[in-house]
Amino acid sequence: MKRLFPAPWLSLALLLLWLVLNQSISPGNLLLGAMLGFCAPLMMRKLRPLPIRIRRPDVILRLLLVVCRDVVMSNLAVAWGVLNAGRRPARSRFIKVPLDLRDANGLAALSAICTVVPGTVWSELALDRSILLLHVFDLDDEALFIQHFKATYERPLMEIFE
Amino acid sequence: MSGELSLWVEIPVAILLLLSSLFALIGAIGLVRMKDYFQRMHPPALASTLGAWCVALASIIYFSALKSGPVLHAWLIPILLAITVPVTTLLLARAALFRKRMAGDDVPAEVSSRRSERGS
Repeated sequence: MKRLFPAPWLSLALLLLWLVLNQSISPGNLLLGAMLGFCAPLMMRKLRPLPIRIRRPDVILRLLLVVCRDVVMSNLAVAWGVLNAGRRPARSRFIKVPLDLRDANGLAALSAICTVVPGTVWSELALDRSILLLHVFDLDDEALFIQHFKATYERPLMEIFE
Repeated sequence: MSGELSLWVEIPVAILLLLSSLFALIGAIGLVRMKDYFQRMHPPALASTLGAWCVALASIIYFSALKSGPVLHAWLIPILLAITVPVTTLLLARAALFRKRMAGDDVPAEVSSRRSERGS
């Protein structure tokens, strides 16, 4: 079973994706979706050698909501910064964030989160995964930002992936 | 159901569409107005987040009301965007850092080499 379905959740997600895209649950689409869910993870297995272990669905849900809220807030902040660029240029700069999260999948999720949220771009990760170089669009207080970043994103991800 | 929709559907859909185009416009303005490359990476994210979300939500509301049932597949767009946009953004940021370091511009040095220097 493990050999046939190396990533059961991914298979299920692909099947769901197919059905939602086609907006039908006809037998033909079910079969095609099942084939996609069966074949794609098998072909991709060599590309994702790390097994994913995910826990705490409650934390995942809460993190998702927090990210959605932060996306909306930072959208407004960046929009304001753009419109005000003439009067008060945004204080853009790089900062170094010390990281405690070491799990590769968790770091991938963290990079996706802070790139999706406007106002932060993941720029570089130290080879030993201890430092993250982050570009921030408008930075006020560096220590406060790092504290907020670690508490809202890194800690939940450590609970989920480690 | 005919093509007529109630005002209570049309108003939120129109507001959402206007909002999304507003955010896309601000993102584009930001792309023009920002000074350096890394600063310019931020504004386009407005279009791929709130801009895309508002269109998706408007489409869900509109077609759900039109077909009198939930039509949710537009949500796939924000989800797929959230997965694919970081890949390109990250590649661009890394490439820009690399090039600017090679050119000797004012960007932070490599974080890993600094670390090992301090350790040794």
